[in-house]
Amino acid sequence: MDKLGEHISHQFDEELEDVRNLVMQMGGIVEQQLTDAIKALTDRDATLAEIVVTSDYKVNALEVQIDEECTQIIAKRQPAASDLRLVIAVIKTITDLERIGDEAERIGRMAMHFAESGADNKMITGIAHMGERALKILHDALDTFARMDADMAIEVARQDLKIDKQYESIMRELMTYMMEDPRSIPMVINMVWSARSLERIGDRARNICEYVIYLVKGKDVRHISLEQVERDARDYSQKHSGNNK
Amino acid sequence: MTADNMTHGIDLDNLDRSQNDTRLEDEKLVISVENLNLFYGPTQALFDINMGIPEHKVTAFIGPSGCGKSTLLRCFNRMNDLVDICQVNGKITLDGQDIYSKKINVADLRRKVGMVFQKPNPFPKSIYENVAYGLRIQGIKDKRRLDESVEKALKGAALWDEVKDRMQENALGLSGGQQQRLVIARAIAIEPEVLLLDEPASALDPISTLKIEELIYELKKKYTIVIVTHNMQQAARVSDYTAFMYLGQMVEFKDTNTLFTNPSEKKTEDYITGRYG
Repeated sequence: MDKLGEHISHQFDEELEDVRNLVMQMGGIVEQQLTDAIKALTDRDATLAEIVVTSDYKVNALEVQIDEECTQIIAKRQPAASDLRLVIAVIKTITDLERIGDEAERIGRMAMHFAESGADNKMITGIAHMGERALKILHDALDTFARMDADMAIEVARQDLKIDKQYESIMRELMTYMMEDPRSIPMVINMVWSARSLERIGDRARNICEYVIYLVKGKDVRHISLEQVERDARDYSQKHSGNNK
Repeated sequence: MTADNMTHGIDLDNLDRSQNDTRLEDEKLVISVENLNLFYGPTQALFDINMGIPEHKVTAFIGPSGCGKSTLLRCFNRMNDLVDICQVNGKITLDGQDIYSKKINVADLRRKVGMVFQKPNPFPKSIYENVAYGLRIQGIKDKRRLDESVEKALKGAALWDEVKDRMQENALGLSGGQQQRLVIARAIAIEPEVLLLDEPASALDPISTLKIEELIYELKKKYTIVIVTHNMQQAARVSDYTAFMYLGQMVEFKDTNTLFTNPSEKKTEDYITGRYG
């Protein structure tokens, strides 16, 4: 997308800028939540886990506030073209961010149980690794959103495939623990939930990348394979550079 | 289409997946414009316009003041002939006929291509006579036929229920919105093919504006409509196709849904989002 100039109405510029800043702020909080949740799990830190579980309300409050501001913009400004796509992308992005916050909270709950149990640390090595990946994709997706970079969005969305693969192997590993020692099943189930949460976070981060592509290119790439998204983006930029000549 | 370009059952050749079935290439064109250049004396007002007006659709022209949208509209029924210094080069055809050819009877052309202006301009006559005027000029004298046509036109313009009991009252006593619908009734009474609307709602209040917009939606079933409007939301609401003009050039012309959500040209984007160019 070409860099767009400012609106004739500066107030409109400010409103859009404000909403974008709020999304970044919300993203920052969610990222912190997830970092803390994973740390609480690996460090067996019940206090930190409790903080994660009880501070989800900040994210929820921001979601409500951003939704409200977007509604106001639509009602008052009737945004068109890229402005409209920005507002739509924001509304969708914060839904996914809020859900990522919920997943972090869930991992926090599991961390509390795990810290209090006498379970073996070997259970969480895979999950700790997967957690790093989930944190990275979330961080990169937010970065992509901040920069409005569609090429980067495709790259970041690709990371989700790795998380999905890792999820499968962790599942197999956890199953062997259950088979080895049925007494471990309650705790392993908790680990299954945690892994599942991380896998969902990958999906949601990928969604955010897709909204960025929509915002920048005006193309809806949901439910299409990544290869195709890539090819299409390439076609688009070729066509576009052709126009500029 | 081969299986190669299908993924998850989606036609990837058309990735934007817009659900609209309005595609300019598929339309039958009533008016087509080729290499149109127009000059007011030494000043060029239109530059190399090439476009077509699709049949039974609403085509909107948008753009800042002085960009040539009204000038282009006026070319379609040769209203620019009335401006002495105006010179038109290029070709405009209506149903395949060159409307600037010497063989064309201009009065006949204007019967086929009706026009409604920004300010309602009813004649200072009765409501009935306003609508019957064009028919009388055509030589229709039969009272019953006139009555029928007047009623049909007023119903077509969604004004019949409001005026049926006061047909002999002076048209200037109607409200602005009613007057504008009366003028539209006058235009459709002679059953034109194309209706040109130059800012038809800009002098009206919001409710009257919505009535005119509703009317446009009804009218497109029978007529081809071209509308010039400063109100972008109005263009987005009523039109099937939108042309964005700037400094006498046609910057972008495509289906309205795409133009307002994902325009290709930066100038269009700047204009519809309210940015400095």
